[in-house]
Amino acid sequence: MYENPDGVMIGLEVHVQLNKLRTKVFCGCTTDYHNDPPNSHVCPVCLGLPGSLPVINKKAVEAAIKVGLALNCTIEEHTQFYRKNYYYPDLPKGFQITQYDFPISSGGYITIEGEDGEHRVGITRAHMEEDPGRLVHEGTIDKSKYTLIDYNRSGMALLEVVSDPDMRSPKEARRYLDKLRNILEYLDIFDGDLEGALRVDANISIMGGQRAEIKNISSHKGAERALLFEIVRQKNVLRRGGVVVQETRHFDEAREITLSMRSKEEAHDYRYFPEPDLVPLKISGWAPAIKAILPELPDARRLRFVEQYGITDDHAKALTSERKFAIFYEDVAKKVDPKMAAVWVCDVLKGELNYRDLPVEAFNKEHMLSVIYLLMNKKITEDGAVDIIRTLLDKGGTPDEVVKEKGLLKVEDDIVSTAAEEAIKENLQAVADYRAGKEKALNSLVGAVMKKTKGRADARTAREILLDKLG
Amino acid sequence: MASINELTERIHADSSEEIVAEYLERITNSRLNAFITVSKESALLQAQEIDAKGHDGPLAGIPIAIKDNISTKGIMTTCASKILTGYIPPYDAHVIEKLKNAGAIIIGKTNMDEFAMGSSTETSFYGPTLNAWDMTRVPGGSSGGSAAAVAGGEAPLSLGSDTGGSVRCPASFCGVVGLKPTYGVISRYGLISYANSLEQIGPFASSVRDVATLFDVIAGHDPRDSTSVKREGNYSPALENDVNGLKIGIPEEYFGEGIDRNVEKSVRDAINTLEELGATSMEVKMPHTKYALSAYYIIAMSEASSNLARFDGMRYGLRTEDHDWHTTFSHVRADGFGDEVKRRILLGTYALSAGYLDKYYLKALKIRTLIKQDFERAFKDADVLIAPTMPYPAFKIGEKIDDPISLYLADVETVPINLAGVPSISLPCGFSGSLPIGMQVIGKHFDEAAILRTAYTFEENTDFHKEGS
Amino acid sequence: MIGKKDLEHIGWLARLELSEEDKEKYTPKLNSILDYFGEIDKADTEGVEPLYHVLPMNNVFREDVPTRSLSQEEALSNAPKNQDGFIKAPRMM
Ligand SMILES: [Zn+2]
Repeated sequence: MYENPDGVMIGLEVHVQLNKLRTKVFCGCTTDYHNDPPNSHVCPVCLGLPGSLPVINKKAVEAAIKVGLALNCTIEEHTQFYRKNYYYPDLPKGFQITQYDFPISSGGYITIEGEDGEHRVGITRAHMEEDPGRLVHEGTIDKSKYTLIDYNRSGMALLEVVSDPDMRSPKEARRYLDKLRNILEYLDIFDGDLEGALRVDANISIMGGQRAEIKNISSHKGAERALLFEIVRQKNVLRRGGVVVQETRHFDEAREITLSMRSKEEAHDYRYFPEPDLVPLKISGWAPAIKAILPELPDARRLRFVEQYGITDDHAKALTSERKFAIFYEDVAKKVDPKMAAVWVCDVLKGELNYRDLPVEAFNKEHMLSVIYLLMNKKITEDGAVDIIRTLLDKGGTPDEVVKEKGLLKVEDDIVSTAAEEAIKENLQAVADYRAGKEKALNSLVGAVMKKTKGRADARTAREILLDKLG
Repeated sequence: MASINELTERIHADSSEEIVAEYLERITNSRLNAFITVSKESALLQAQEIDAKGHDGPLAGIPIAIKDNISTKGIMTTCASKILTGYIPPYDAHVIEKLKNAGAIIIGKTNMDEFAMGSSTETSFYGPTLNAWDMTRVPGGSSGGSAAAVAGGEAPLSLGSDTGGSVRCPASFCGVVGLKPTYGVISRYGLISYANSLEQIGPFASSVRDVATLFDVIAGHDPRDSTSVKREGNYSPALENDVNGLKIGIPEEYFGEGIDRNVEKSVRDAINTLEELGATSMEVKMPHTKYALSAYYIIAMSEASSNLARFDGMRYGLRTEDHDWHTTFSHVRADGFGDEVKRRILLGTYALSAGYLDKYYLKALKIRTLIKQDFERAFKDADVLIAPTMPYPAFKIGEKIDDPISLYLADVETVPINLAGVPSISLPCGFSGSLPIGMQVIGKHFDEAAILRTAYTFEENTDFHKEGS
Repeated sequence: MIGKKDLEHIGWLARLELSEEDKEKYTPKLNSILDYFGEIDKADTEGVEPLYHVLPMNNVFREDVPTRSLSQEEALSNAPKNQDGFIKAPRMM
């Protein structure tokens, strides 16, 4: 049982860009704008030109239903879009089309690895809305002499996933974000690697204070840092006898601190009312069909991997915690010994990739198979395999090339045998020690064999042959 | 005034260019101030092209005037507001695409109340439009320029928009025919919103037949407007000179206090005429009419306060000197909007704001339900309803402009129709001295055929529409 | 009744700069209009649902198929100020 001594309560609002759709949520402009000049993928609708009207992208609604179902939410019978009236230069109509009463889904949960084992975080609601444009400031927002606006992002379909305040530590918040991102990627509606794909606002309170809302968090690590800072700040305020007031704070990513944003603008009155240009949706009837074709989600895949491939739960968990890794593993596991594949994909490759901060795409699946085949056929040693993986990541090439260049092919057993005989003859003292019961003496004999074979012998094999010869 | 048929014959005999040039000439010499922008060059060019290549569209070579709140690619579109100074849309409204396909030639953009907020065309940044029948009087509004253009012979056809009577009111004051279709029949794509849930684009002409022809061209489903219905326009065949067996409902609430005697008499006479032609009439009760005006204005202002938030001077329109963003935004709007627009934005903002939403906005929407039910009940017995369009004929310029409530009260007969979303056509039915009087024939949802037939039969059997200004 | 303070608040919400003269001018007119709107209080709307859309439509969609966007030149053609393809707005603070 986790004590949660400070009474930390964290709730997250995550803005997920449905960036695998082909078009924006209310117009036919492409979502593929990331490398293009500003304002080159806009139309009367997403530029808010007078007289333009929104029309809902059906696929965006389907994606929202998928997410709702994957988060164990109820898909609402009646759902509707509202106008949220506020003004900012990135908002071309002077209001944002979003959902208010009647969101598309609500009342779900996500299971995460909590402070004390499995922990459920409630999902209040997941609703659809449109993304504003992108603002560019010269330097910082408070110093910039002007603001530049690019509306290419304007009108991208967003899903705002609002959690209950169920997380009890910054670590749990980060795990929640990791899990959410993973689920979204499993659903194939979202590419978390694209800029601006996932943005987080966090609500946090500790015992004895009111909650603060932290805006402008753009990474999972950032969320953890911001929350850690905020807990310390709130505790300090209380310790000094102060009051933690309800307010909005801005996360300064560079300095890893949060700053108060209190200003006149904060007296918000959004004047929500139903968007008269969009008619209501009655789409709960779509849910069963979508549920039937919902892809396998991380938790289910983890169980299946254990069952189907006989690997450990730790391996299964690590392999399924990222969709691309799970796919990589499974493709490999189908062709070789799945347990061996788990060791080499999960323990070795994943570690090497993490060390280099590389995605799984950086390593060719066929190369992984080659390495494992070489191992299975005892052509290379385990150390040699690690060497190949590292070399491929650092310098490129193919496993065969690396084997050839580095001379990693394992020497034949009879060469090891000859070397062992020589080693026995040349190290009589060690042989005597071993025979006298000093097990460790064997190590120096193995070392001698390795030296003679320039390290290309497999140490385990060398040991076995020595034991055999020593009777 | 020349009809579409007459003009088509002349285009075949002479040329579209000649006809367009004649209308342009009349616009140039006119004192009505019906137009904000005259697209002389593009109109003549388009006419020459049609003359050279031929065109088999129903409006081939025929000029048309467009209210300046309808987006026209390459032609300045201002909503008669300073805030849209110089705005040249990069796209055409759905109706403009349809008109171009039909061969129509856009000769200019007509004057209107700023952002369609008014009933007199006096709130335009470009000055008031005058009534062709009496230049000391208003042409009605908000589509005053479009009605005046047809009445003054400056365009044979025009388009307006009707949020709470903005087509029918000026049609009535200018002695022309104007139609407000069922909500959803004409795409609003490209119509600059005043109150989205209430408004429709509507045609003006000097006869019911021409209104029907124009309506056929511009009606129909548009996938870019989510509130557009899946029906195609083919209303001209409904124009039969026959009202035999037609059941006319007379909503007594529309003939009550504040109605000019001559107006009441003309409309009742018109009903008698139709009865003589075979129709029957009955009284119908519409008990919630008295709440319609307030409900209408609250809904319209609420929607408008949000619709007009986009005019911030960043992407288009007026830009004042830069300060911080919020201040610049407030200055642009203070400088760019006129008094009536500001009043409606302020009231709409208030009606939606925390603590007042239930009292105003939601209450108004509940009344809207009751008004719609009034119509449903009336239409159980009646095929069409007939009532005055306006309580009185055109009033003097300046007479009401400083008294918003008296100006709002002018819309008392027209706004319930928009709240219920039903169609209504206004056509001339008499005179008060030298000023035309209009009556409206109101139909069930999507039953434009019935009101067009009723209006056509009345027109065929009377001469009011032939008396020129 | 709207007082001067209320009007200032509404003006801020609507981002409409109001001069002292404007406030003097608007307050009585807005109040007389609100007074007139007060009529609706008399209507019995107990149990009546608000009517947002006059036609009972729902589920109107478009397919996820790209359509032509404006060119950057068209998109910027009406912007009073722009720079390097961006639309230029005033400073935020
Ligand atoms: Zn677009």
